[in-house]
This record gives sequence, structure tokens and C-alpha cells, in this order.
Amino acid sequence: MKVAVPVDDKNMETSVCMSFGRAPYFMIYDTDTKEHSFLDNSAADSPGGAGIKAAQTIVDHRVDVLLTPRCGENAAGVIKAAGIDLYKTEPQSAIDNINALVIGKLSSLNDIHPGFHSRKGR
Amino acid sequence: MKQLLILSGKGGTGKTTVAGAFISLAGARAYADCDVDAPNLHLIMKRWSEPERKDYFGLPKAEIDHKRCTRCDLCRQNCRFNAISLNDHYQVDLFACEGCGVCEVICPEEAITLQPAVAGELMLYREEDSVFSTAQLRMGSGTTGLLVTEVKKQLCEAVGEAELAVIDGSPGIGCPVIASLNGADLVLIVTEPSVSGISDMERIIQTAEIFNMQITVCINKYDTNLENTALIETYCAEKNLPFSGKIPFDPEAVRAINSGKTIIDLDCPSGTAVKEVYHRTMELLFNERCSIST
Amino acid sequence: MNIAILSGKGGTGKTLLAVNLAAIAGDAVYIDCDVEEPNGHLFFKPKSIKTETVAVKIPAVDDELCTGCRICVDFCRFNALAYIADRLAVFEQICHSCGGCTLLCPEAALREEDRIVGRIEEGFSGSVKVYSGILNTGEASGIPIIKRLLNLSKKERPGLCLIDCPPGSACIVMETIRDADYCVLVAEPTLFGVHNLNLVYELVSLFDKPFGVVLNKCLEGEENPSEKFCLEKVITILGHLAFDHELGVINSKALVAARERKRYSALFSTLLASVLKEAQHEAVVNP
Repeated sequence: MKVAVPVDDKNMETSVCMSFGRAPYFMIYDTDTKEHSFLDNSAADSPGGAGIKAAQTIVDHRVDVLLTPRCGENAAGVIKAAGIDLYKTEPQSAIDNINALVIGKLSSLNDIHPGFHSRKGR
Repeated sequence: MKQLLILSGKGGTGKTTVAGAFISLAGARAYADCDVDAPNLHLIMKRWSEPERKDYFGLPKAEIDHKRCTRCDLCRQNCRFNAISLNDHYQVDLFACEGCGVCEVICPEEAITLQPAVAGELMLYREEDSVFSTAQLRMGSGTTGLLVTEVKKQLCEAVGEAELAVIDGSPGIGCPVIASLNGADLVLIVTEPSVSGISDMERIIQTAEIFNMQITVCINKYDTNLENTALIETYCAEKNLPFSGKIPFDPEAVRAINSGKTIIDLDCPSGTAVKEVYHRTMELLFNERCSIST
Repeated sequence: MNIAILSGKGGTGKTLLAVNLAAIAGDAVYIDCDVEEPNGHLFFKPKSIKTETVAVKIPAVDDELCTGCRICVDFCRFNALAYIADRLAVFEQICHSCGGCTLLCPEAALREEDRIVGRIEEGFSGSVKVYSGILNTGEASGIPIIKRLLNLSKKERPGLCLIDCPPGSACIVMETIRDADYCVLVAEPTLFGVHNLNLVYELVSLFDKPFGVVLNKCLEGEENPSEKFCLEKVITILGHLAFDHELGVINSKALVAARERKRYSALFSTLLASVLKEAQHEAVVNP
């Protein structure tokens, strides 16, 4: 399966980026072929809707699972509608998180925060 | 690191005065001024070094190349923001332009391009033991919310080990306030006992609740209207909102501020009262940790 | 004659001034453009209220016509559109209502629908016509409401129109002073006050608006940094309002001071005369 993680640098030892929408890069890792690549996140500099655009990028690359420390509700909406699974990263490197996912040690991301421009209810 | 955000709804209630006092009392190593429109915190927090400065780019702005323009008027007709007008040439009002790109895409001659535009400046003050993040929006600019986000991001990236970040917010309930709410662990609302103050307090509370924020309230200049002060206390009790205390109206506070000091730096009634507000607020902010682990 | 009352810093006395000057003038229009935190109506308690909602245009997609070409998604600079699981999703709160996506759709699959962001209330307080703009909580921008408010007020008979502005100097304030003939800057004698006075001073200068300053909450015998600023920059001082405990109390009860006490009625009359004299002079000298 294809796994995406927002990361700070373009190397295998990179740490996970604290933000999803404004991460500088995404690491895409294929657990079957063990191949990996890095994508530049064009949403990082957006004035608004960064989470949405970043989510669109993830969807367009046919990712199966997204690992992230946090996610806004707009982006989460896009990710879930596309049928992508969302897991919460642990404070360790990106590759360690992917390994943890593979052995079933990561939990689902349930704590979705409101977007900067969103409102709930009313 | 816990983030305390200080808001008010109404302007002039004393957010920055209270923020300055809290920063001094806590010996806070991280603080930020998110009132990017009219930042004031730097006026009372003594800084010895020059800040690191960075241009802030908001939305790009349209630029029309007169040499290619054939005056078809399509751009002006389709601009929803009335940003294009015809004088000697077709011109873009840089303040009205929202960088949407409709004119760029609709121009049959490709005479319009969107250019990056500086909308403000970010400043980061670093001392040995603390970081202070602030910014100044260029007047008439938009994307205030994004600049607020940048101020907070700058703070979080620069701070090493810190237990507490104190964030001085802006008045109102719109985009800069909403942007400052994100990531805050507790919102302290500084209100004043006037009908306007109460009305504005209710609206900022509503706004903070929409975003599921934890809230506490304190009343500044409480003795200017005891009846309204009682109303506010009752309102908080009825809504089950924590109440952090009251600060009296104090001419000494103005003198402190005017000499670039916090109200803690002088021996004055408001300084004494704010200490109680500080303790109650900190209890609320850090107790949360305890309640989760049990 | 449109007179905008602004300050940079919050709490300096914009509403106090705007409300009382309108009340004294009597036959005037008062417009509350502080749509995030409107207060004027608390003082005026207007009657015969007419309400109108303010909406912005948001795209809505016809799924039958949409082919998933994504021209709209790629165009939107605000990232308000996403194409997922073969459907277009619109993120309404992020949309800036530029109309671009609807214009560009090759299948005419997008149409624009109204989304309500706030309301305007029109009423009367004595002979003062009161307009209040109110932004719905959770909404990011009050600019569409201010635009509508200022448009509506153009339909009024020519006369005195006092515009109560939001604090600050950002885009929302700029929108409010766009059509002002004259600006009154309200300043308080504090370090914060003068710092923010400088910002709005730059704003009105940038827009070439004639302006003057009212110094509020003045303390006898104390240095006034805002007054010093005005003297240095050779700015017209329209008047001084002394720090007045009773005025503060009356104001905190949301009462119109000029209607409560003769001495405040006299105070604001003098101030109004001073403001009008300057404003009319500027209109002649710098049309």
C-alpha cells in the first residue's frame, strides 16, 4: 500500500512535520515495493485552504494511508471522502512511523481540529 | 508548551496590559503579539536586541501590461472587487485587489499577471532566555489571519524549551482572532463592565465556543460599574465559565504603560489584582494536564 | 457629508463620539461599521427596525453536468475547491466569491448561490437614522456587510452621515473610509494610543483623506503623547475631551450622554461645530 507522511526534509531519516497542510514535503512510501519518493507541497505557501490543497495532492497520488500528527477538519473531510485511512504519528522519524504502521502499532487519528476558516454547527 | 491566548471582543479593555503583566509574572520564555494590525506589546516588553525581520507576502496583486492591453474591458467587468478602473490606462487598485486571478485568466491578450506583494513584516526578537514573535501588517492589507498564523508559527519554531507561551490577541471576532484561536489551550477574555463591553464579550465567547476553546473571563476596570460587574459574574456562573478575577480601574496603570513598563513593575492596585487573576488562570491552564492523566 | 470616526486603537471613544455627535446633530445618519462588535445600537436602541440579510455568492455544482475536468480546482487560488471520489467539494468559508470557477467551467456545471454572512438593521432613534451591520459569529470577514451598509446609506437624503469604524488599520477599516469626505481620528493619551494613532494617521494620509484629531480622556497636568504627536505632525486638533468619570459611567450604561445631561449636550455641540467647520472647509479647499 502507498503511505504518505508530511515531513520536514527530503531524506530517509527526516522527522515528521507538525503541520499537514503546510508541511514543506510529503514522503510517499510503497510498503510492497519498499520504494519511496518525496513530493513538494505546493499548498505550503497558500494564503488559505492549505489543508484542502495538500489533501487534494495526497488524493491525486492515489495514497492509501496518511500518517500525520494532526489534521484540520477540511483536509480530513477530503481525505476521508477519498477513502484514505488516517493515522496519528508518534514522536519519531517518518520511517519509524511507517514501520510502526506496518506492525499495527499506530492508532487512528480521531482528534480533528477545526480549520482556520471553518465553523462548526450554527 | 501550553498556549494562553488573551482576547477581549471589545478593544481597549486591557489585553496588552494584562499580557505584559502575565509575561513578567511567569517569566515567560515565549510570547507573541497577534494583534498584527496594531501591535503594542513590544512597547512594554523591553528588548535589547534588534529583531530578525522577514517580509510577509499576502495575496498576490494583479498587474496590467499597458502595451498589451487592447481595452476590451473584460477584466473590469468581471472583477468582483471593483479593483479595476479606467483612467488613462486600465489600472488595478492594489488595496481592493484580492489576487483571485479572474482578470489574469480572462484577458484575451495575456496582459495581466499576478505579482507577489509584500503585505507586512514579521519580527522575531531572540534573547538568551526568551523569544518574542510579532508582526506589523501594512495598512489596508488583508490576509491578516495568515500573518497571525505566521507569527505563531515563527514563535513555535524559534522556542526551545518552554512551558508557557503567552499570546496577546486582537480585538474583534473576525479572521485574525479566529486564526489566533488555533492551537491555544486556554483563552482568557479580558472584559470591562460596560454595556458595550458585555455585548462584545458575549460575541467573542460565542466565537471561541464555535471552535471548542476552553475559556476563562476576567474583568478589568471593574469598579467603574459595579452593577455591570455583577452581571458579568452572574453570566459566567450561569454558563459554567471559569472566572479568573477582577482588576480595579487604576490611573497608575496608565502611568506604568506610558513609561514602557508593565503594571507589575510598579506597586499599584491593578498590579496587585492582576497577580490573583494570573494565579487563577495558570491553575486552570496547567490543571488540564492533571485531569487528563487521571 | 460622510464623516468617518476611527482610531487605530480600540476603546478610545469612537462610538462615544459618533453616537453623541449624531444625537446632537439630530437630523443625521449613524452607520455602525464595526460589524464584528457593533455597539451603536446599544446606545440608540433604535425603533421600527427593518432587517436585511447580507449574503455572499458561493459556487454550487450540478453533479450531472460535472465531468471532473478540474479546471475550477486548479484555478482557485484560495483552495476552496477539491475533487475527491468523483465529486467536486466546495469549502464555503474559504471561498472569496470571486466568481472565477463559475466563469471558467466548460460544462456550465457551476452556479452561484447565496450564503448568509450577517445582517443589517435600519431603525430610528429620535430623528437619527441608525444603521447597524452585524457579522455572524464564526465568519471571518465583515467586508461584504460594510460594502452593503455604505451602499444603502447612499440612498439617504444628502446630509450628515457619521460612520463608526472598526478598530485597527487593516483592509476592513480601509473599506469603511473609502467614501468618507472627512475623517475624525480619536486618540487617547497613552503610549499604546499614540502608537496606534500613528498607524491610522498613515492610513488616512495614504488615502488622501482630510482629517483631524479629537483627543479623548485627557488628564489635566499630565503629558499627552497623542497631543505631542499632533503638534509635531501639524495635525488639526478638533477638540479635547477631558477624562470624565461621570461621562464614563453614563457611557458604561449605554446611555447617550448628550441626551442625558445639558453639559454633555453643550460639550458635543461645540465639538460637532468644530468638526463640521473643518470638514466643510476641507471640502471647499480640497474637493
